[in-house]
Amino acid sequence: MTSFLDFEKPIAELEARIADLRETAETGIDIDADVARLQVKSDKLLRETYARLTPWQKTQVARHPERPHFKHYVAGLFDTFMPLAGDRAFADDQAIMGGLARLKGRRVMVIGHEKGDDTTSRLKHNFGMGKPEGYRKAIRLMQLADRFGIPVVTLVDTSGAFPGVQAEERGQAEAIARSTQQCLELGVPMIAAVVGEGGSGGAVALAAANRVLMFEHAVYAVISPEGCASILWRTADKAADAAEAMRITATDLQRLGVCDRIVPEPMGGAHRDPAAAIVSLGDALNAELDGLAGLSADELRRQRRQKYLSIGGI
Amino acid sequence: MSWLTRVRNAIPFIAKRETPDNLWHKCKSCGQMIFMKEFEDNLSVCPKCDHHERIGPNARFNQILDEGSWRTLAIPRVADDPLKFRDSKRYVDRIKAARATTGETDALMNASGTIQGHRAVVGVQDFAFMGGSMGLGVGAAFLEGVRTAIAERAPYIIFTAAGGARMQEGILSLMQMPKTTVAIAELHDAGLPYIVVMTDPTTGGVTASYAMLGDVQLAEPNALIGFAGQRVIESTIREKLPEGFQRAEYLLDHGMLDMVTHRKALPETLGTLIGYLCEARVNA
Repeated sequence: MTSFLDFEKPIAELEARIADLRETAETGIDIDADVARLQVKSDKLLRETYARLTPWQKTQVARHPERPHFKHYVAGLFDTFMPLAGDRAFADDQAIMGGLARLKGRRVMVIGHEKGDDTTSRLKHNFGMGKPEGYRKAIRLMQLADRFGIPVVTLVDTSGAFPGVQAEERGQAEAIARSTQQCLELGVPMIAAVVGEGGSGGAVALAAANRVLMFEHAVYAVISPEGCASILWRTADKAADAAEAMRITATDLQRLGVCDRIVPEPMGGAHRDPAAAIVSLGDALNAELDGLAGLSADELRRQRRQKYLSIGGI
Repeated sequence: MSWLTRVRNAIPFIAKRETPDNLWHKCKSCGQMIFMKEFEDNLSVCPKCDHHERIGPNARFNQILDEGSWRTLAIPRVADDPLKFRDSKRYVDRIKAARATTGETDALMNASGTIQGHRAVVGVQDFAFMGGSMGLGVGAAFLEGVRTAIAERAPYIIFTAAGGARMQEGILSLMQMPKTTVAIAELHDAGLPYIVVMTDPTTGGVTASYAMLGDVQLAEPNALIGFAGQRVIESTIREKLPEGFQRAEYLLDHGMLDMVTHRKALPETLGTLIGYLCEARVNA
């Protein structure tokens, strides 16, 4: 049973009526025509709602608790996966996971944020908020990939890097800066896919890639809409306005030259059909990897640098 | 303006006060009143408590670069307000106001000159210009500073001061993190040093990009340096922050800096450092 978002209330009501009718049907009354009629109406409403989501509604979809996460993509996307762990200095951060994988036979190093999907796992993965050791693990895995000519694929899904005393103590800012630097230095292809939330420096540290993909309803921003609203409007209640003003959707970011490809989601968002979302992402990643295959290390670096030098140019 | 001043000024035969408003400086840290001239001669450092007051690009260039050796660099033009951003005020109006108060184009200015006889290009971020925030203007100025340094075969020295990224430029401000990182790579490709001097305050996306990538990292005493804001951390962990948290000395203790340097010692320290790093290679 899908949990509905606030703006999906009319759809939820229709779905509830369909469910009611189905229950009544068990008592022997024929309601097939009614159910079919309501289902058509509900599908139409869902399609129309998702065709014109506001930036704030997209933020909610991107954060939907049932939206697939790193572990679901890893399980569904790759033929094989071998997790690798640790930054060799302090700890193994569970908010940023990674390992070697095969995507339709092709070797990749996959790295991404994992938010967790119930209370226990959310705590374990620190809600996808990486700590310095997580970014340092990412650096280590990127270097490993670079050494052996393995393309890097990152799955970005974080509200931001963790703000905490110990994280600061161990150099959160330095770890993020070095991770961004490592992305830009890679002599292998790098593709970043924002699968949910791309939150600020904690996202960019894994996303300074040759090609940046975004799911249709993913968002990517310099600060959360709530954070922006509480600073500029002095109240987090203005989050919807902030989301609008900041331009955080995939279409906005494609126009601004940040996002290179929008990955279509199943009707009603990735959480309504995770398997279809995984296939959609797999196709996009494959196409992008094909596009970068055969380029020299220097050319890959040159293209990547050029992308970030030219963003925002007049 | 108080009602008394208003009334006084309106009466033509009462002579206006001759003394300028800024004859005295009140130290923001210890509250001591200091004669402005004495304060400025002391490099805007409180002679009583050693508090390093925030200073802008021109004061900094004057303090760091050899007298008569330097010129400021033109700031490349970027799109003002690329997102047509508006909160309680329009972003274009905020930029206009910042330009009017500071007399600068954006929050980062560069100058080229010598430090104790060594060629250097120096960038200074101005906290007075929209909190020193990093947007297209800062990114473009940073790249310009680096490229001038490459052309002049000189190191690039950046004095950071910023609350973080400029929210009014949305994702484009975030993209200045990789952009400035690419600039640093260009400098390194050219075999030139990149030196960071962190000043109060340096936080957010600026710390998490070019401020932490120096070949050598310096900071002024007691400068606030961090990734996350203190209020954000407090509300996350729900406890008081430790004494001296996110101050320059704390970062030195935790291995994030090479040294904390008093403003008076900066020209000599930077000169010596450039001397070490830029000497012609013997076995290259």
